[in-house]
Amino acid sequence: MDTPQTSAEDSAGRAEVVLGIGTDEWVARHNERLIVDSGPLARLKDTASKIPNLVRWLLVLLIAVAVPLGTSNPYIMRVGVNLGLFILLSYGLNIVVGYAGLLDLGYAAFYGFGAYAYALVSSDQLGHHWKTYISVPIIVVATALLGFLVSLPSRRLMGDYLAIVTLFFGQVFVQVVLSSDSITFPWATDSIDITGGSNGIPALDPFVLFGHKFLNAKDYYWLLLAIIVILTLTITRINRTRIGRAWRTIREDSLAAQAMGISINRLKFMAFIVGAALAGLAGTILSAVQGAVFVNGFDLPLLTLVYAAIILGGSGSLPGAVMGAIVMSLLPEFLRVPSYSEILFFVVLILVIGAMRRSIKSFAITLLGIFVTGIIVRGIFLSLSVKSLPRDEWATGVIGRFLSHWLFVPNNRLLWGNASFVLLIALIAYLTQASPTIKRILLPVAAFLGIFLWEVRLIQQPSTTRQLIIGTMLIVLMVTKPQGFLGKARVEVL
Amino acid sequence: MTIQDPAVKETLLSVEGVDTYYGSIHILQKLSLEIKTGELVCLLGGNACGKSTTLKTILGLVPARTGSIHFAGIDVTKKSTPDRIKLGMAVVPENRRLFAPMTVLENLQIGAYVRGDPDPADLDRVMTLFPKLAERRHQLAGTLSGGEQQMVAVGRALMSRPRLLLMDEPSMGLAPRLVEQSFEMIAELHRDGVSMLLVEQNANMALSVADRGYVLQTGRIVLTGPASELSSHDELRRAYLGR
Ligand SMILES: Nc1ncnc2c1ncn2[C@@H]1O[C@H](COP(=O)(O)OP(=O)(O)OP(=O)(O)O)[C@@H](O)[C@H]1O
Ligand SMILES: [Mg+2]
Repeated sequence: MDTPQTSAEDSAGRAEVVLGIGTDEWVARHNERLIVDSGPLARLKDTASKIPNLVRWLLVLLIAVAVPLGTSNPYIMRVGVNLGLFILLSYGLNIVVGYAGLLDLGYAAFYGFGAYAYALVSSDQLGHHWKTYISVPIIVVATALLGFLVSLPSRRLMGDYLAIVTLFFGQVFVQVVLSSDSITFPWATDSIDITGGSNGIPALDPFVLFGHKFLNAKDYYWLLLAIIVILTLTITRINRTRIGRAWRTIREDSLAAQAMGISINRLKFMAFIVGAALAGLAGTILSAVQGAVFVNGFDLPLLTLVYAAIILGGSGSLPGAVMGAIVMSLLPEFLRVPSYSEILFFVVLILVIGAMRRSIKSFAITLLGIFVTGIIVRGIFLSLSVKSLPRDEWATGVIGRFLSHWLFVPNNRLLWGNASFVLLIALIAYLTQASPTIKRILLPVAAFLGIFLWEVRLIQQPSTTRQLIIGTMLIVLMVTKPQGFLGKARVEVL
Repeated sequence: MTIQDPAVKETLLSVEGVDTYYGSIHILQKLSLEIKTGELVCLLGGNACGKSTTLKTILGLVPARTGSIHFAGIDVTKKSTPDRIKLGMAVVPENRRLFAPMTVLENLQIGAYVRGDPDPADLDRVMTLFPKLAERRHQLAGTLSGGEQQMVAVGRALMSRPRLLLMDEPSMGLAPRLVEQSFEMIAELHRDGVSMLLVEQNANMALSVADRGYVLQTGRIVLTGPASELSSHDELRRAYLGR
C-alpha cells in the first residue's frame, strides 16, 4: 500500500477510506484543480472576490448616500434619479427573465403605462388631482393587472409565444397613446384628448408624501434609494424562500420542476405580474420627476438598454442587475461628450485587441501592425494625391490631436468614412471564419479601419456611436464571459 | 419499521387499461398495473419498451388517452402533475434531472415544495441516509459526481415524505459497488414501509429486492408475478437475466 497505484482495487479502497462513498478522487479534489489565472489583474480579481457580499452592498449604499449629501448639482441628481429608475426596471425584468426565464418584450410598455396613468390622475388633462399615496398604489396594482391580462393569451407562457404577444402589446401601447388625443365616446358628442398624442401631457403634480412636497430631483433620489434598499432586501429574502427557489427551478428545467409538484404556470404568472408592477411603479416616479410625460422613451431603445443591463450584469443576479444598470445608464451620459467618448472608444478597442491577443508579445505586434498599416495608408493617399483635411477640422479630442501626425484624414470625409465602414464590416465578417494565421495578419488592418472610421466620421455622430460602442461591448462580453460579469457560470448536468 | 401483513394491504395505485401516445405514436397499450401500500414493485423490460413512459403517465407528464389511474383512492386521471405530487407521489427521474446551478441543500428543499417549508426532521433523515450530502450541502448540484447526484435525486424525492416513490433506473451510470449500495438503500426504504415502483434494466438486482414485478414489452405487460417466481421464469431468464 506504500507505492501508489499498486492495483486498481488498492487505489479504489484507499479512496473510499479518505473520501467516503460515492465520490472518487477526481471529483473530491475539484477545488484544487480550478484554473487559477495569474498576473496582476487576476490577483486584483482574486482579492476583490474575497470581499463579502454584504460589504459590497454597504459600499455601494455608502456612495449612493454620500453623493446627494455632497452635491446639489441638478444635473448630477437627475442622472442619479435616472440610474435609480433604471435599477428599479432591471430588478423587475430580472425577476421576469432572470428568475422565471420568461422573454417579456413588452416590458417598456408597463413602464409607460405607469407613467401615463400617473399623468392622467395628476394633471389638468382630465382634471384629476389624486393624492400620491392613493394614486401610486392604485397604479401599481393596475399595472400588475394589465400584466396579468397581457399574459393571459399566452396562457402557458411559452418562450416564443410570450415574446410575440408582449412585443405586439408594446407596439400597441405606443400606437394607442399616440392616437388617443382625440377620442369620441359613443355617448358623447365632442371628442376628448386623453393622452395628448405626440405632445404628451405637461404640468404634472409632484409627489406629496407625509406632508412633504417633492421639489427637486434630490427628493426623488432619496425616495428611489429607499425603495431600492427595501426591494433589495425583499428580493434577496424571497430568493431564499420556497417561491424563490421554485422560480429558479422553472428556468432550469420546467419538466423536473413540475415533477417536484411546482405549478409552473402559476409561478410564471406571478413573476410576470411582479415585474409589471415594478415597471409601473418606476413609471409613476418618472412622470412625477419629469413633471411631464411623452411617449418616446417607452419603446424598443429603452427595452434594449434594460435587457442589456441585466445580461451584462449576469441574468438572475441582483448585484449584477445593479451593476448593469449603472453601466447602461451612466454610459450614454458619458458618451454625450465627444472627448469622453473618444477615450472610451480607444479603451474598448484596446480591450478587444487584448481579448483576442492574450500574450504581451502578440499584443505588441498587433499594435505595431496598426502603426505600419497607418503609414502605408498615408503613403497610398499621398501617392494618389488625395487632399487631406486640415488637422484643426477633425482632431477635436486629445487622442485625435496625438494621432494627427500619423493618421491621414482625407478631405472628402463623408465618402471615405462610408467606404471604410463598408470595408470594415466586410472584413469583420470575413475574419469570423478566417484561419488563425489570416486573423493574425488582418486584425491590425481591421483595427486601423476602426480608428480611421472613428476619427473620420463617428466622433461627429454621438448617437450612432453610442449604439455602436454599447453593441461592441456586449459582443465582447458575450465572447469572453457568456454568463455576464456577476452571473454564475452555467453548469450542465450531463 | 412496519412490516405489514400481506393480507391487509390495500391498493395504493391502480392503473387500468391505459393507452399513451406521443403524437400519433402509440406507446402504452392497454396497460394495467397495481401497487399495494408498502409494496416494492419492479417494472422490467428492454430499451424503449415504455418503462419511463409508464412512470410519466402515472405522474401525468404524459396524458393517458384511455383508461384510468387511481391513487390513494382518488381518481387522478385528469389531475395535473403538481396535484398528483401533492397527493403523495414522488419521482427519481431518469438521468436524475437535478437543478444544476442550485446547491445540494436547495435541491433537497425543492423536494419538499408541496409540503410547504421543508421540515428539518426530513432534512436530517436524508442527511443521515446519505452523510455525503451533509458534507456537500453547499456545493452546486451540477458539480457533484454521478453517484452523489443519484443520492441527491433520491433524497430530493424523499423530502416530500411520499406515499409512493417512483424510481427510474436509479442505478444507471453507477459503478458496480455503488449499484449494490443503491439497492441496499432501496431495500432499507422498503423495510421502512415506503411503497415503490422501481424501473430497472438490471433485472437480477431488481428482483432480489422487489415483492412483485411486471415485465413490459413494446408497451404491453407480458408477464407479472411475485419476484421469486419471475426470477425463476425460463423465458424471462433467457431474455433479461442472462442466465
Ligand atoms: N417525447 C417523446 N416523443 C416521441 N417519442 C417518445 C417521446 N418520449 C419517448 N418516446 C418514445 O417512446 C418509446 C418508449 O420510451 P421510454 O422512454 O418509455 O422507454 P424506456 O422503456 O424507458 O427505455 P429505456 O430503458 O431506454 O429508458 C421510445 O421508442 C421513445 O423513442
Ligand atoms: Mg427510460
